[in-house]
Amino acid sequence: MSSNTANQTLRTRYSAEVKDILKRYPDDQKRSAVMPLLFLSQKEGLQATVSVMSEIAQILDISITQVASIVGFYTLYYSHSGGKNRIQICTDLPCALRGADDFADKVCEKLGVKLGETTEDGEFTVESVMCLAACDKAPMFQVQNGDGITYHERQTISDVQAVIEQLGNAEIDKSPEGAE
Amino acid sequence: MTEYLLLRHRNRGEENIADLDTYLSLGGFEAYERVVTTMTPQEVIDIVKASGLRGRGGAGFPTGVKWSFLSDRFPRYVVANSDESEPGTFKDREIMEQNPFQFLEGLMICAYAAQAEVAYNYCRGEFWELTQVLESKVRQLNDRGLLGRRIFDTDYSLQINHHLGAGAYICGEESALLESIEGKLGQPRLKPPFPADRGLYQLPTVVNNTETLTNVPLIISRGPEWYKSIGTEKSCGPKIMCLSGHAKHPGNYETPLGITFRELIFDLAGGIRDDKALKAIMPSGASAPFLPASDEVLDTPLTYEDIPKIGSQLGSASIILLDETVDISWAALKTMKFFEHESCGKCTPCREGTYWMYHLLGRINSDKAEQADVDLLGEVAQQVVGKCLCPLGDFATSAVFSGIELFQQDFNLHIATAVNGKDDSNTK
Repeated sequence: MSSNTANQTLRTRYSAEVKDILKRYPDDQKRSAVMPLLFLSQKEGLQATVSVMSEIAQILDISITQVASIVGFYTLYYSHSGGKNRIQICTDLPCALRGADDFADKVCEKLGVKLGETTEDGEFTVESVMCLAACDKAPMFQVQNGDGITYHERQTISDVQAVIEQLGNAEIDKSPEGAE
Repeated sequence: MTEYLLLRHRNRGEENIADLDTYLSLGGFEAYERVVTTMTPQEVIDIVKASGLRGRGGAGFPTGVKWSFLSDRFPRYVVANSDESEPGTFKDREIMEQNPFQFLEGLMICAYAAQAEVAYNYCRGEFWELTQVLESKVRQLNDRGLLGRRIFDTDYSLQINHHLGAGAYICGEESALLESIEGKLGQPRLKPPFPADRGLYQLPTVVNNTETLTNVPLIISRGPEWYKSIGTEKSCGPKIMCLSGHAKHPGNYETPLGITFRELIFDLAGGIRDDKALKAIMPSGASAPFLPASDEVLDTPLTYEDIPKIGSQLGSASIILLDETVDISWAALKTMKFFEHESCGKCTPCREGTYWMYHLLGRINSDKAEQADVDLLGEVAQQVVGKCLCPLGDFATSAVFSGIELFQQDFNLHIATAVNGKDDSNTK
């Protein structure tokens, strides 16, 4: 399975990054690189597809099942498709005491989705997540997308509006270049 | 406190301490240089032992003692635990964002004491941007010869790598953290053997919390006697108290250990938001029992030895304040949602117990429960506590036991509403 579905994306497009990641761990402990390689693969899209996982398995000389188990265990990796931008609102106790649940509802209303759902244009998934170590700056959320993870703290709904517009525009701006 | 020791960026005139030249001009890395060029690893361990420094990640274990447990095998590893994920904790982040070099210097001194030539800083995945900044700080240290081969023309070499987690609270548990660096599921290991004997890649390893390590350069440069003079006899040094929830001014407060809840909450943080009454305190995030806001509690010093006497823990001092409007059964539900989500699934009592406790608390909070459900909740908690490999299962029961015991009326209110609702439906 791995040989015919695996692609070469990481090794061709990101060869310097792959090399740099592997250097962080002992030569006989390549498996350690599975998490950073999964993060690297998210530059091409947040979903860890079978072909992505196969390639990582090949690079590290481990089974695709071992890669898939990591995707399943850690919440910042995704086995299913979702929005290009994941808006992850902390609704854990400290944030909830400062209005995070109401805030999350309003963000959902703004985007016309429920928690866990993705907007029709595929741009945004809104999720409620566990504590993000920003309890004194609630309400807050992070945005995860191909560029990584960005925090947005002490947020109002108009702040969210600005973030959403900026991300939406950024995608529009990128698309002519991105179409190779 | 007149001088910030850990949050040094807050001292006047040290605004840009995250800049390497500024940090160096203020005596940065002098402790590290002295350690590497003039001291034996054992001498460093003895100084840290003598300082009384205890681990700031939650367990409060004496740091120097932990270092002295390393097995006599090489290579060895040192790992900074920057996984900061306990609800209500946001101190390590401020340290790494604003005073990164003091933390890195502490990590480097620890690595020398352990004679480790590779150190990892394990940051939670959400600290994505911060980790990129830290990686650039490490590159600067390499460029200046403070890291790399033959440091200060000695035989000692050291490199620091970063490893990002990916959203799993359990990786803050040190053996789960090591599994995660090995590219495996973040599930705790059976102990013993402890990491000091068989840690990363089965080699002797020290794992220390970020804040713990940030204390170390001060201890070396100013001496253990000075350090011991701060705080109490058994809880030495400064501590960052993370105050969240209904505080008027939530945030990080660096104080000597031994300040009381009252001083922290009312003198430093301005009291309770909207001047409401304080109902309960969670002194150690989601993990330790609720405390009622009684005078006895408010006058208790924040130390490792005093908070257990009133029925809770200092932990990492992630103090969540709940005002009079909070329904404690709701707070317990929120807490359990966290543990249900974060249970790694390895031990059955924790995996199943958190699931059922979450659902029972959900039933109670939606006014559909009977007294028997509250009793069952306590019974399930009883079957989790003390039956798991790591403390996560125990932590999950804290809010249940203390919530039912101290704030029974909040649970009763839901039961009464449910009973009334049933009576209404019978008469219809």
